[in-house]
Amino acid sequence: MNATWSRFNIISIVLGFAFLYLPIVLLVVFSFNESKLVTVWGGFSTKWYVSLFHNRGLMDATWVTARVGVISASVATVLGTLAALTLTRYTRFRGRLLFSGMVFAPLVMPEVITGLSLLLLFVAVGLDRGFLTVTLAHTTLTMCFVAVVVQSRLITFDRSLEEAAMDLGAPPVKTFFQITLPVIMPAIVSGWMLAFTLSLDDLVIASFTSGPGATTLPMKIYSQVRLGVTPEINAACTILIAVVAVGVIIASLANKRREVQRQRDEQAAQRG
Amino acid sequence: MSAVTAATSSPASAAGKSGLVRLGAAFVSRLVIIVPYLWLLFFFLVPFIIVFKISLSQTAIAMPPYTPVLDFRSGISGFISEFGALNFDNYTWLTQDALYFNAYVTSVIVAAISTVLTLLVGYPIAYGMARAPATIRPTLLMLVILPFWTSFLIRVYAWIGILKPEGLLNQLLLATGIISQPLIILNTYTAIFIGIVYSYLPFMVLPLYSSLEKMDHTLIEAAKDLGCPPTSAFWKITFPLSLPGVIAGCLLVFIPAVGEFVIPDLLGGSQTLMIGRTLWNEFFANRDWPVSSAVAVILLLLLIVPIMLFQRAQARAQEQDQ
Amino acid sequence: MKSLGSIRRDFAPWNDPNAKPYIQFDNVTKKFGEFTAVNNLSLTIFEREFFALLGASGCGKSTLLRMLAGFEEPTAGRILLDGQDLRGIPPYRRPVNMMFQSYALFPHMTVENNIAFGLKQEGMAKADIDKRVAEMLKLVKLEQFAKRKPHQLSGGQRQRVALARSVAKRPKVLLLDEPLGALDKKLREETQFELMDLQQNLGLTFVVVTHDQEEAMTMADRIAIIDKGEVMQVATPAEVYEAPGSRFVAGFVGNVNMFDGKIAAGEAGSASIDAGNGITIRTENAGSAAAGTSVTFAIRPEKIKVSSTKPAGAVNAIEGEVYDIAYLGDMTVYHVRLDDGQVVRASTMNAARLTEDPLTWNDRAWVSFRPDAGVVLTR
Repeated sequence: MNATWSRFNIISIVLGFAFLYLPIVLLVVFSFNESKLVTVWGGFSTKWYVSLFHNRGLMDATWVTARVGVISASVATVLGTLAALTLTRYTRFRGRLLFSGMVFAPLVMPEVITGLSLLLLFVAVGLDRGFLTVTLAHTTLTMCFVAVVVQSRLITFDRSLEEAAMDLGAPPVKTFFQITLPVIMPAIVSGWMLAFTLSLDDLVIASFTSGPGATTLPMKIYSQVRLGVTPEINAACTILIAVVAVGVIIASLANKRREVQRQRDEQAAQRG
Repeated sequence: MSAVTAATSSPASAAGKSGLVRLGAAFVSRLVIIVPYLWLLFFFLVPFIIVFKISLSQTAIAMPPYTPVLDFRSGISGFISEFGALNFDNYTWLTQDALYFNAYVTSVIVAAISTVLTLLVGYPIAYGMARAPATIRPTLLMLVILPFWTSFLIRVYAWIGILKPEGLLNQLLLATGIISQPLIILNTYTAIFIGIVYSYLPFMVLPLYSSLEKMDHTLIEAAKDLGCPPTSAFWKITFPLSLPGVIAGCLLVFIPAVGEFVIPDLLGGSQTLMIGRTLWNEFFANRDWPVSSAVAVILLLLLIVPIMLFQRAQARAQEQDQ
Repeated sequence: MKSLGSIRRDFAPWNDPNAKPYIQFDNVTKKFGEFTAVNNLSLTIFEREFFALLGASGCGKSTLLRMLAGFEEPTAGRILLDGQDLRGIPPYRRPVNMMFQSYALFPHMTVENNIAFGLKQEGMAKADIDKRVAEMLKLVKLEQFAKRKPHQLSGGQRQRVALARSVAKRPKVLLLDEPLGALDKKLREETQFELMDLQQNLGLTFVVVTHDQEEAMTMADRIAIIDKGEVMQVATPAEVYEAPGSRFVAGFVGNVNMFDGKIAAGEAGSASIDAGNGITIRTENAGSAAAGTSVTFAIRPEKIKVSSTKPAGAVNAIEGEVYDIAYLGDMTVYHVRLDDGQVVRASTMNAARLTEDPLTWNDRAWVSFRPDAGVVLTR
């Protein structure tokens, strides 16, 4: 769609983005508050960040979360990519409907149900709750998101690239690793990033499936929030936001630069 | 003229080998399907069956806190004898206690109202984005996606500081003299509505934007050219064409919102009643696993139709792209 | 009728009964579910031939090419290459290479790596690969673009990379799927000749799929006209144009005027055709059609003369009225409506500059043609 950008359009966008960002901005601002009250400004201070690093429990939880995130995102990326390939490449096999159902349902399934059901599975098979069970649970949830991201790339993938590779003598498996995988790699990377942040983010499923010694950061934050709002939590949240925001911004800037370079190349090529 | 050499291996020598390669390829392609399939069967489908099974068992003060029924290890005879022990007590319990019924009804109503509110807030944003100059559209899109990458818990937490009686919103309203008494918003349904709209807004805006962005603006011009005034052109052309986006967005908000836990827990307080929180409390506070399983089963039955609608929409969108 | 040969005078293996066919389609059928894409089709292609499959989109010509490449297996029938049955041989083991309509250049590889891809697959030594790639780059005049990625090339350059990549392995047969479809008109005409030179120089067998009859006529030794999965005619470009085998082929290739009628009388090839409404056509190309047979007389527009008076001594002259005149620069096209309502199309080369056309709209006019100018079609 391309047309005039009316005043109404601009106002709705500005208000919309203000709504989306103001709460986060306020949260970040008050993490630098001198006062212990989160809502009354008492001067600038970074003392909450300092105390954060002396909070042993929070630091441990951060380490657990990072490990769960990396491992589950990596396994989920492999499984999700396979699931995406299955969904786009094998249009008829027995149980395809069930399969696509199992891929799409977790995207909208209330987390309490997923969490409870996974916990009961782990109890039923006699698996002790802890690091492993949280990782398995997060892998299951996030692989579906990876599958959706990779699938949308595979749909627009030009199959003649694979045919060309086979025509030139590459067997199917080699074709996949030399042609298909490199071409869809950007989608796989963003799938991994999505899986990682979802794992970083999750409170409900982790609460159900985690056990002693495997408290994740969201669980820690949640238990502290229940005790009361403090600037220290604001500081912890700010760091988390900063990490993710920097990652996302760097990724999209790099992406944009590639895109601009590409357009410039193409224009240069057309000029001859 | 350069010599014509058939550098590729001749078909004759390849024929035998190709059979093996084909077998290998068939094996690999089967593996591609089987690995994620088994994973999802074991970690997604089987758990639901277990939930269903446990919802039919007795509460016990033990670990795990229920007496198992339908223990498949005891064979057919054991299965038959245990079948008699199956009981629907937990479900009867749910129907007898008005608390659960109210929680379900409230959850659906709260989710429905929140979905409509999200649509009302999200549509103008998506519409504005779709009509923005093409150069800034990617930036706007990124700005919508960015909050999605920041923690859900943190975004909900941020609202506590704003909505509290002595919070920033009340401070602002009191300072400007709009109100003389602090508004009580936190720990009410209003806070839940705000929390859901805020948290799920990107889920609504993204599908709306993608269906509006695809739309050909000359359609509107054609409608106007044929004498249709702008408002009427919106309702007769733009809105119907954006319906797939509206449906996808509403389902993406409604389904998870019904079972939402974090938002009612942190913003709704103890006075509000929603099923996700009820399930959580039943599980963690009362340690009644069978009853919480029964709660989950009914919640799932409640959502099965919208979930299937969502899947149909997904499948259709996929077909259109191909 | 005299035989119409190939543009390459010394190359006509299809007329040699002892010539060994190189590619053979034997009663090949391909079905996709209920849809029959190729229907019991047989076809023979000779070594070093430039062969074109011409047809409208969806006629099955691409399916033929894809079966030859190995991306589809025939439902029935067999395909032979150099005497070898291709059934069951996967694409990566067939000694044929294909140039794709979309070019299918690997976006993450440089030009030289694209060209080297096929050579690496057969385990060629590094030094040999480098040598062959350099040779190929020279062949398509892209030496200074070796390190570029596909998106850094223009459409014409991409087309040449795709070509270089597909001939790098020296395949027995090169398959080209609409090779010039994505180029603009001017570039397309230049490239047609480049392709012909390349085919001659490398001595390869080319099978090209196209929907553009001009392209097929320019490049091919022989053309197969395909419709609804069946071969309508296989012949040299000149034969296809001057001696179409059926009404379909006559109408499909170039412009044509057709008169339906019955053979009134005739002996040994020449006959008169009663085309109704008092129109009688004298022709020398009636072949063996007997008196009373229903036939169609087909004649190309450039073989019809338009004049304001009846030409003296004309064997065939029919009166009508000028209905439309289109001036196209190199020629002028007249539409003349005969008295029975049929519109005849006639074209005249504008050999002289700025001559006053004696004819204008609604003038009475005569269309005339020689008795050997048209063909009689029974199918």
